[in-house]
Amino acid sequence: MAAKRKKKLGLKQRYSMLTRGLDWETSYQKMDDVFPYDNYEGIYIHDWEGWEDPFRLTMDAYWKFQSEKEKKLYAVIDSFAQNNGHLGITDARYVNAIKLFLTGVSPLEYQAARGFTHVGRQFRGVGPRVACQMQALDELRHVQTQVHSMSHYNKYFDGLHSAPHMHDNVWYLSVPKSFFDDARTAGPFEFLTSISFAFEYVLTNLLFVPFMSGAAFNGDMATVTFGFSAQSDEARHMTLGLEVIKFMLEQDERNVPIVQRWMDKWFWRGTRMLSLVAMMMDYMLPKRVMSWREAWDIYFTEAGGALFKDLERYGIKPPKYADIATKEAEHISHQAWHIFYNYTHAAAFHTWVPDKEELDWLSEKYPDTFDKYYRPRLEYLDKEEKAGRRFYNDTLPMLCQVCQIPMGFTDMDDPTTISFKVSEYKDDKYHTCSNGCKDIFDHEPMKYVQAWLPVHQIYQGNCGGSEMEDVLKWYKMNLGADNLDYNGSPDQKLWDEWQAHRTKV
Amino acid sequence: MAVISIGEYEFEPLDKEENFHGNRLTYINWENHLLFCSPVCLPLPADMPFAALVGEVLGGVYAKHPDFEKIKWDEVTWRLDGKDFSPDMEKSLGENGLTHKSLLRFWTQGLHGIAGSNS
Ligand SMILES: [Fe+2]
Ligand SMILES: [Fe+2]
Ligand SMILES: [Zn+2]
Repeated sequence: MAAKRKKKLGLKQRYSMLTRGLDWETSYQKMDDVFPYDNYEGIYIHDWEGWEDPFRLTMDAYWKFQSEKEKKLYAVIDSFAQNNGHLGITDARYVNAIKLFLTGVSPLEYQAARGFTHVGRQFRGVGPRVACQMQALDELRHVQTQVHSMSHYNKYFDGLHSAPHMHDNVWYLSVPKSFFDDARTAGPFEFLTSISFAFEYVLTNLLFVPFMSGAAFNGDMATVTFGFSAQSDEARHMTLGLEVIKFMLEQDERNVPIVQRWMDKWFWRGTRMLSLVAMMMDYMLPKRVMSWREAWDIYFTEAGGALFKDLERYGIKPPKYADIATKEAEHISHQAWHIFYNYTHAAAFHTWVPDKEELDWLSEKYPDTFDKYYRPRLEYLDKEEKAGRRFYNDTLPMLCQVCQIPMGFTDMDDPTTISFKVSEYKDDKYHTCSNGCKDIFDHEPMKYVQAWLPVHQIYQGNCGGSEMEDVLKWYKMNLGADNLDYNGSPDQKLWDEWQAHRTKV
Repeated sequence: MAVISIGEYEFEPLDKEENFHGNRLTYINWENHLLFCSPVCLPLPADMPFAALVGEVLGGVYAKHPDFEKIKWDEVTWRLDGKDFSPDMEKSLGENGLTHKSLLRFWTQGLHGIAGSNS
């Protein structure tokens, strides 16, 4: 009784051939020698077949789908360039959000491609291996399409010319860089917990949604289109993040405390990095989307709350210090913006004091804190700037050993006092900005004593020289153009000329 | 275990004292004056007199603040590495107990920053 042979395999069968049929148990070499990385972290996996593939996508379908998206995206990018799309944005101050994105976030896409390529080799289970390899391709596409979408702005605006070099060297970009370096140098399961789960699943709506809706609100169609083009990729990445967590938790009870610690760590590192997004939302968008506080309440407190409720059955608790982070949502954007305002002479984007209407918006969005702690300071800075004494901080800041952000965050119950934590390790002191960062240091001090802290590196003489100007040149900054206040910048001058021209026409 | 790793993992810290050309990193914070967004980090020689820190260094860091000239230095309270501290102005930083990566915080009585906002 011969079964009728189908001419073509169905999608499901093709997928299972791809992810199951191509793998084998090695016999000349021990599996542990072939896959040395996937068990040293202490995660127990009994059945790799228990991995539920989140992508269910074959390579041919993947190429077809992605190439269609590329065609659409590049059509929009071309027409954006041909139609002088940059003239349609709300205000040239908006471009500073693009500068921050291109130097701070896009290089992380490349870091993600590297990380997923690495772990896509290291799992002995073929399911997660294929999933990671496909994500590596996505991430490579993301960095390319972002650079292409934003390169148009580089023709007209400052600060966009050397993103990769800046990412690797500039002081504030060590914040996102060290975040990903930390993830990529962890084991493969921790990498997936950090990037796929904490970053792409829990916090992604606080990173991409603000940037993409900020772009939409401010007339930046190139970035909006890139965002749409990445959306279906991100949906797959999120399912991978949730799958890896469930997989680890279902395989062995002993995995639970390890996963919990990783969640705690990467949630905290993520929120620290998001302070850059917070200030972008509250200060850098000429047309605001929502306040950081509102975004946090919707995307973390509500959405995250539901997620952690769902994980409760595995014995997982909400991340440690989630309560602190929620209190911080009231302060973090103001404190982060103030750090950059202090050191804009050393940054590759501009800062400014919000105008009166914008200050009123902040007062309204932060009724309990803004007028009390932040508005008097901003009004003073404004007055000083208008009197020709734009305030800059001339001394390099103290940095947190873990998140590498200048220690400008306060105790959240006492917003006028800086939060200081310190650890002793092998006769040296290591300062951190919070209990979240201190816990991370104390658990793996040997990792963080090697942190390349930009301020300390400058003082060691490793950054181009001992004068501020030497260092900035070593960063490849065009002095007087990339840095300093928006008021008086070449960006502003050019924009004002365009606007004057427009009203004449 | 000082790190979770696949093999032996032992490295030198990047910021050992000997990497700073004879200086020690010193972190300084003027409390309740958050116009300066964060504490500062300065490489200072251990034999610098404490009086020079107060008389020369701190002015270079903080003199832009309108409160700075109002500081009554004999009423300032200090904390060094988390402990109450009364510096001997004539002695050096090292003799006063400052070590590499010490944190020195000071409170200036009666001064509360821009419009009383602790900025
Ligand atoms: Fe991506
Ligand atoms: Fe992604
Ligand atoms: Zn920190």
